[in-house]
Amino acid sequence: MNLELILFIVLALIAAVSAVMVITQSHPVMSAIFLILNFFALAGLYLLLNAQFIAVVQVIVYAGAIMVLFLFVLMLLNTSSEFKVLTDKKFIKFFALLISAFVFVQLAYLIFFTKPSNAVKGNLNVSSQIGTIQNIGKELYTNYIIPFEAAGFLLLAATIGALILAKKKFE
Amino acid sequence: MNITEIIVVSLIKIVLVIVMILVAVIFLVYFERRISAWIQYRIGPNRVGWKGILQTTADVMKLLLKEDIVPSASNKTLHTLAPIIALFVAFSTYAVIPFGPDVTIFGYQVKLMVADVNIGVLYVLALTSLGVYGITFAGYSSGSKYSLLGGIRSSAQMISYEVSMGFSVAGVLLLSESLNPQKIVLAQSGWMWNAILQPIGFITFVVSAFAETNRLPFDLPEAEPELVGGYHTEYSSMKFAGFFLAEYANMIIASAMITTLYLGGWQIPYIDKLGLGVTLTTLLQVGAFFLKVIFLLFFFIWVRWSIPRFRYDQLMSLGWKVMFPLSIINIIWVACLIMIFNL
Repeated sequence: MNLELILFIVLALIAAVSAVMVITQSHPVMSAIFLILNFFALAGLYLLLNAQFIAVVQVIVYAGAIMVLFLFVLMLLNTSSEFKVLTDKKFIKFFALLISAFVFVQLAYLIFFTKPSNAVKGNLNVSSQIGTIQNIGKELYTNYIIPFEAAGFLLLAATIGALILAKKKFE
Repeated sequence: MNITEIIVVSLIKIVLVIVMILVAVIFLVYFERRISAWIQYRIGPNRVGWKGILQTTADVMKLLLKEDIVPSASNKTLHTLAPIIALFVAFSTYAVIPFGPDVTIFGYQVKLMVADVNIGVLYVLALTSLGVYGITFAGYSSGSKYSLLGGIRSSAQMISYEVSMGFSVAGVLLLSESLNPQKIVLAQSGWMWNAILQPIGFITFVVSAFAETNRLPFDLPEAEPELVGGYHTEYSSMKFAGFFLAEYANMIIASAMITTLYLGGWQIPYIDKLGLGVTLTTLLQVGAFFLKVIFLLFFFIWVRWSIPRFRYDQLMSLGWKVMFPLSIINIIWVACLIMIFNL
């Protein structure tokens, strides 16, 4: 076993266990904390794939900003534990099982019956350079400039929309 | 170097850095109290050891021997986890700060930083954005309204100032064309310090650094007249010491970051023209780095005892309506500099 495989197994285990903990915890703040742990494990997995930039952005944006806002709201609302409104209804349980089975079959099909992608068979040096911030920046500002600008424009529109909604009176 | 040598060298560097920070914090707390006394025309601690130099050690001993009180309304796990997170974030950030140029010791080429990471600056930003969790968890888990208010204030404050901090750093990245701290330092050779080329970005970064470290005038998470002790109201003994240590360690990291990004890091302008030997030059450069950091630490303390605390709405409007536009103006300024002078 090489170091990479050991790291992968450890990180994947943390990610899977924490993902399960997110939905089994009854307290919303504890769920949020396990979600943060899950983000960290994912960032580690990205690092193993030589995607340094994605890994750090994962931590900065998801763990550092979005989850802080989540926690912020949860703490202000101070919900003690979840309400058991939906769990005792039969048909909801049935649909939950149906949907999870569907997703499971899809994933199982993808994993076992399709060919693995053969993108990273070329030069190891080249493939290890793909995830660096220089390459991502170059691609974003040359080949993908229009989607990039469109995404930026959408985000700006969303920000302005949120500002208007947050204002109490329209002047 | 093979893998064992890399691990041994890294371990030595990690231990050295941790010991250095712990010693620095001990002296920093002592000097903070002495300087505050000097500013306020008092004497300050002067009994334990020569001129009171062992005062901090005595305080630490006192804290360690105290009873560790955990409130019955608290969430025990999070209550213990919070100071650990704060300490972890404070210490692990030092990994990417270069103390000096590459040196050769006993035939080994050694870098004077724990980890030479390509995305060093982003690594620091990611970790500082995690620093908020220590304070937020502390505020939430204590089960006290003062702590909760402190924690919530801190998360809002840190998120707001992180934005202008990130935009100020973007100006530095434009000039140095790298996220590697060592390359950013090398790009500032001679008098091309970023503090001189982009003064607006320097000011916004310093102000944001004050806000991120929760120092006066931005110490609203622990404002004692309003919140008793803020997020650490319900903490005592070792755990309180943990927060205390983390705050001062954060102050050192902020100073080291300002030095690296804006004040030329370990560089002394035109020292190679003097024709000193390699060893002497390196020693002087490492000394210069520490001198710059010490000066910034003095500046932190000086500001703390000179400027009163902001009101909360003033803090937010300063962050969003002054610092954020200024940091964007700085990016435009740097872009114009690059376009006109081909820097």
